[in-house]
Amino acid sequence: MQKGDFSKDFVEKIAQDEPQWMRERRLEAYALYESLPMPHTTEDDIWRRTVDMRTQDYWRRTRRHLRGFAVENYHPAIGLNGDTSVEVPKDSEDAAGVILQLDGQHQHTSLSAELEKQDVYFADLNTALKERDELLRDYFMTKAVTLETTLKSGNIATRNKFDALHGAFWQGGYVLYVPKGVRVGVPLRVYIRLAEEQHADLSHILVIAEENSEVVILEDNSSMNQEAGGLHSGAVEIFAGQNANVTYVQVQNWNRQVWNFASHRAVVSKDAHLCWVTATFGGRLNKLNQAIVLEGNGANAQMLGLAFTDARQHLDVSTAQEHVSPHTSSDLLYRTVLKDRSQTAWGGNIYVYPAANYTDAYQKNDNLLLSERAHADTLPGLEIQAHEVRCTHGATAGKIDTDQVFYLMSRGLTYAQAEKLIVDGFFEPVMERVPMESVREELQEFVSRKLET
Amino acid sequence: MCNDLIIQDLHVSVQGNPIIKGLNLTVKQGEVHALMGPNGSGKSTLAKGLMGHPFYEVDSGEVIFNGIDVLELEPNERAKLGLFLAFQYPTAIPGVSLANFLRIAASAVRSAETNGSENNELIPMREFRKELRAKMTQLGVDDSFARRYLNDGFSGGEMKRAEILQLAMLEPKIAILDETDSGLDIDAVRIVGESVSSLVGPELGVLIITHYPRLLDYIRPQFVHILLDGRIVESGGWELTQVLEAEGYDPMREKYGIAETVQENTI
Ligand SMILES: Nc1ncnc2c1ncn2[C@@H]1O[C@H](COP(=O)(O)OP(=O)(O)OP(=O)(O)O)[C@@H](O)[C@H]1O
Ligand SMILES: [Mg+2]
Repeated sequence: MQKGDFSKDFVEKIAQDEPQWMRERRLEAYALYESLPMPHTTEDDIWRRTVDMRTQDYWRRTRRHLRGFAVENYHPAIGLNGDTSVEVPKDSEDAAGVILQLDGQHQHTSLSAELEKQDVYFADLNTALKERDELLRDYFMTKAVTLETTLKSGNIATRNKFDALHGAFWQGGYVLYVPKGVRVGVPLRVYIRLAEEQHADLSHILVIAEENSEVVILEDNSSMNQEAGGLHSGAVEIFAGQNANVTYVQVQNWNRQVWNFASHRAVVSKDAHLCWVTATFGGRLNKLNQAIVLEGNGANAQMLGLAFTDARQHLDVSTAQEHVSPHTSSDLLYRTVLKDRSQTAWGGNIYVYPAANYTDAYQKNDNLLLSERAHADTLPGLEIQAHEVRCTHGATAGKIDTDQVFYLMSRGLTYAQAEKLIVDGFFEPVMERVPMESVREELQEFVSRKLET
Repeated sequence: MCNDLIIQDLHVSVQGNPIIKGLNLTVKQGEVHALMGPNGSGKSTLAKGLMGHPFYEVDSGEVIFNGIDVLELEPNERAKLGLFLAFQYPTAIPGVSLANFLRIAASAVRSAETNGSENNELIPMREFRKELRAKMTQLGVDDSFARRYLNDGFSGGEMKRAEILQLAMLEPKIAILDETDSGLDIDAVRIVGESVSSLVGPELGVLIITHYPRLLDYIRPQFVHILLDGRIVESGGWELTQVLEAEGYDPMREKYGIAETVQENTI
């Protein structure tokens, strides 16, 4: 195993056995990483809500959160001794394919013979770089998550230091390629784990679903060691080809020591459908950029977000729904429950291009505060350049309702039972749109655990 | 009898305003009492105070139920002892189905532990469903109710029927019905009236808060009490409702020296 640091030398080391084009991309990303200052939470508008929002005292604001973060404290690594004792979780048994990764190092891949026969490609990204050079060259950080963003929404940084860091040092992650017309009826499962103290996970995820294909991916990000400090700087790129049907579910449950920075982007082609579920439970500080680009006529996407924060967790999410073409539709519903002194900020933007008439775009963010000291900021936004558009947006934040609690307790429920029922009910509009029973159950389980601690 | 609800010199205030000002009342298991009084006289305040709503502050007095001073107990502990309140304005709980909620509630009040600690043991699903379906049929409640979210988008009448369904499922010893008849059409008043009277028996005592004697046609109270300005000023039998019907509250206000302007209309 070679533990490294975020230096140019280490970029060279990582890239030494990689194709020349990848080496160049890494170095380009590194140059950008070096040139960009660490995001400043008072001067940089986009990062303004990535800190403690309760105080207007700027000095204290910067002291909290990002100020406590230093990239030097974390380490990327290559050739980590795979701790092969890590078992593939039981719930993967009926999956059509499984990938397990630990500390950025690939541990296990399986794919059903049937899918292999249909030329479905499913592999960790380092292996894919050797086996599918062309494919990666085409898609890797070129069309979705790019160093210089092509997004129009102003709430997502044009150039992001963490995307650059990721581009330079990425390790692990996976590629899923579903060829034209292949319909994968059974979900694929991915487990991404952090274990080592002060380790950095830099997984890159690439899902490419070709024309008329169909696939479901369930991805689970979590910590093996609840105490170990860590960093995640990740990227997700999803391509739903013409008339494809893609469901991508990511459950994030890093431990409370992990700094989590991620850029997630999906490009949805003509008549394609994307169902995207993002569930956030873990992390110390989370800064997530999530965008969908509805590129082809008739493209449709659902963005479902479910988050539950506690202790001093901080979750900052920026979403963008970009409608490039006519007859596209998107529907975002993010619901967050906050406990203790946790804080969340959600800023959403719908951007409708001039040509994108007959667009339907919806956006809703609701927050339920279980404690007096929790804090939620919510900022919906619209930018509409076309004429024939149906858009709605809305946001709410409210404390748990005393009358609701009283009503339930008057029927014999304890406070904890009443609170749980109200929380479950609050998440229900998201849950009922989550496509699979097993996923709903898993999410329910996480919610219950959050309430118990 | 230990299952009596005994209220002695009760004082309840809301946001610092005294509303219930020295109220005495005993409801025994098996008895039917009616409580009538003008808008704003404190009927719902009494009901919520008895059930333990945190905004309704009990300043002094005693409430003994099952031989226990319940004022120290949480609402769920009171429910477990067998106290039930059918709300004048039931609260909507979006996303929570009536069936799911009722299963947890019924399991909680029936569990053996009496200390109010959490009981995660639920009544087996099949058993619960069977019982729920039977009671729904009995009360003429539509099947679809079970799957609907609790009081969410229910019509006024549907809410009241759902309250009675809960009463039937939770099998309390003393039930307070706070204007369960208002907002109901004539047929619904009959259905609610008949279902409540079918539940009334030696095991159940009720305190019916109402403005209309119509409901009382179906459930004849043995006792009728008049609440004016936070106190029960008169108690009697059925004939008292007739007096009210004929004369209204004014003669009584005059008799007890209570100005009408004190009352605030809450509707
Ligand atoms: N939560 C509350 N906040 C403020 N004032 C309240 C609250 N609840 C009750 N009150 C006040 O207490 C008084 C009594 O109200 P209550 O609801 O008990 O009357 P009621 O007899 O039930 O009337 P109605 O026949 O209209 O239902 C009223 O003046 C009312 O405004
Ligand atoms: Mg009332």
